[in-house]
Amino acid sequence: MVGERVVAAIDQGTTSTRCLLFNRAGRMLAVAQREHRQHYPAPGRAEHDAAEIWRNVTRIVPAALRSAGLEPSSLVGLGIANQRETTVIWNRHTGTPLARAITWQDTRTDGIVARLVDAGVAETVTALCGLPPATYFAGPRLRWLLDHVPGARAGAEAGDVLFGTMESWLIWWLTGGPDGGRHVTDVTNASRTMLMDIRTLEWSDVLLDVLDVPRSMLPEIRPNAEVYGTCTAVLPGVPVAGALGDQQAALVGQACFASGEVKCTYGTGAFLLMNTGHRLAESTHGLIPTVGYLFGEKPVYALEGAIAMTGSLVQWFRDSLGMIGTAAQIETLASTVPDNGGCYIVPAFSGLYSPRWHPDARGVMVGLTSFINRGHLARAVLEATGWQTREVVDAMNADSGVPVTRLKVDGGMTANHLLMQFVADVLDVPVERPLGSEAVSLGAAYAAGLAVGYWSDVEVLRSNWHRAAAWEPAMDAALRRREHDNWGRAVNRSYGWVQKPDDS
Amino acid sequence: MPGPIQSIERAAAVLRLLGSTDRPLGLNELAAALDLPRPTAHGIIRTLRDVGFVDQDVDSARYLLGAGLQELGRGGWDPHDLRAASMNWADSLAGSSGLAVQLGVVSFTAVRLVHHVFRPDGTPQRIRTGAEMPLHATALGKCLLAFAPVATPRTRDLDLHRWTGRTCVTVAALDAHLATARHRGWASDAGEFEAGTGGAAAPLRASGGVVVGAIGVAGPVEELFGLGGELRPKLAEQLLGASREISAVLASTP
Repeated sequence: MVGERVVAAIDQGTTSTRCLLFNRAGRMLAVAQREHRQHYPAPGRAEHDAAEIWRNVTRIVPAALRSAGLEPSSLVGLGIANQRETTVIWNRHTGTPLARAITWQDTRTDGIVARLVDAGVAETVTALCGLPPATYFAGPRLRWLLDHVPGARAGAEAGDVLFGTMESWLIWWLTGGPDGGRHVTDVTNASRTMLMDIRTLEWSDVLLDVLDVPRSMLPEIRPNAEVYGTCTAVLPGVPVAGALGDQQAALVGQACFASGEVKCTYGTGAFLLMNTGHRLAESTHGLIPTVGYLFGEKPVYALEGAIAMTGSLVQWFRDSLGMIGTAAQIETLASTVPDNGGCYIVPAFSGLYSPRWHPDARGVMVGLTSFINRGHLARAVLEATGWQTREVVDAMNADSGVPVTRLKVDGGMTANHLLMQFVADVLDVPVERPLGSEAVSLGAAYAAGLAVGYWSDVEVLRSNWHRAAAWEPAMDAALRRREHDNWGRAVNRSYGWVQKPDDS
Repeated sequence: MPGPIQSIERAAAVLRLLGSTDRPLGLNELAAALDLPRPTAHGIIRTLRDVGFVDQDVDSARYLLGAGLQELGRGGWDPHDLRAASMNWADSLAGSSGLAVQLGVVSFTAVRLVHHVFRPDGTPQRIRTGAEMPLHATALGKCLLAFAPVATPRTRDLDLHRWTGRTCVTVAALDAHLATARHRGWASDAGEFEAGTGGAAAPLRASGGVVVGAIGVAGPVEELFGLGGELRPKLAEQLLGASREISAVLASTP
């Protein structure tokens, strides 16, 4: 191990920031982690302190090196994967954020988005950036900050205030901060702002105009694998050589390099991405066309289905209802009954995302009878993740014309074998988990390693993928059809609950 | 018969006092309420904290009943918590050994698989989570017999069915295998359940050293063992390393 050269990845996630070290075989050698505080100042609002996240990075990176017994000189490069769409603005002279970062779960921009739709610009927006106007994306959050934070707009116009998603913020600090830090973003994160032209991969004047955002505050858009700069802090001398939004990072970490390959990462929410090659696949079934990755000249596009609540529904079941002591125990509770007993839970807690996009939906629990017990509820919680996956896969099949024949999965919920079997059952295709479920971090490490020549090309990376488990479909077709129908009827009952958006 | 042990009585009083209120209590409050000298109260509460029966609030430094007490009445570790805590290290063991990895717990007179990582060579394999195997003829089962004697049946109560020519079918032979396992820290299976397929397994220990499961590697006998029948040294090291790391995770989880 002494003298071994490794790649570092920073995974800046929703609840914590982690640093992982990987060797050439893609094996994880060390991990260090710190959680950051979640701020919920009002219903529908969710914020992070970007300065706290940067402080955490300065601690976890040395901790990971220590645990592997390595020096910064052993690192060939550093890659970043980050929670996407979380938005921060800061003063370029001091490095101080003007406000807390607004996270991707925050829905305060529903008024801004509703006004865009009312103004009739939705089609223009979608045609340029590929995204339907939604509270989910970073651009409306930036607009909210410009409108509500004292000094933000004037500072931005004067060139004193910078905008970034989390990778921009971290790269800026790593490469010098106020002393010459590089202000860049990567194409995947930029593709989630609603400000970038998804074909030219440049900021769109039309979209900047629609959201009234000054261009001077925007970072430069760069490919996913290139040396953005050299660390002056934390790892002096080490190149910062890769950045990807977390879901695109997982696509790379899962080695989905061929058109038609699909992965699903099960975390707080779940995200399916299908590689569509150099073709931008427009969606007529509620998916989001997005940049998969750009290594070199031509971008590889992806179709994405985003499910808001999967792991977070299990957390709610644990923390708010107190039904279980740990997330893993939901499998134990669900195993006490043979089926859902007729009960369905639709977790539209903040509306429904892909493929239905109903912001006015809210959660429902249907089919309750005296027969239903805690075990049935546990089943219904897990099955909600399975059926939401099915809806996104159906949309992908319809949009791409290439049916999904197997699903590569990663993320914390892959520890739940009952759920993985259910996903295989309702999709009617095999579900496969790779060895080491750290696909997000691995993807960031791959990008950085490609940029510095540690790995020669993506084919080398493909040989690092090893199957650790596979779940084969085993559900009777008639039962699958019946249950699918029941789920659809349950979802219909969640629609239209919220009557008017918060107009702030 | 000796009289009651005073320090245990005092520890019980501390727990009862903490259980009588919802708010965390400070050391001075505890000492005063139980009429104990402050250093004595401190020694008791710190010991209770170290074994997980008392938690200390990080901000206020006050004490409350610990999560370890709830665990006492819960009847052992949840198998799915065990899987979640083991997953990274089980993957890592499969990666370094090139063999399939399994996690087992006692289920009446059998060992039940709670986790299964494929041999990472791309060959078709079926996930075997939930399968049950005999205690006396598998590495996982013999490991549990050797290291978790309270949770497993006595060897003389087992049905020592002959699965292969190598299966231990007498209590004396099985007891000798278990003694060897206890002595070296891991149990082995040289094709005793399925001819040609062997395994090696080491115990997983939670807080207090209690064995709650076993982790094992499985594969062709000739890949696991040398010509003299001894487990390949590097493999033994990787297996014991994984069992140690997972046990550290388990012990630090209340």
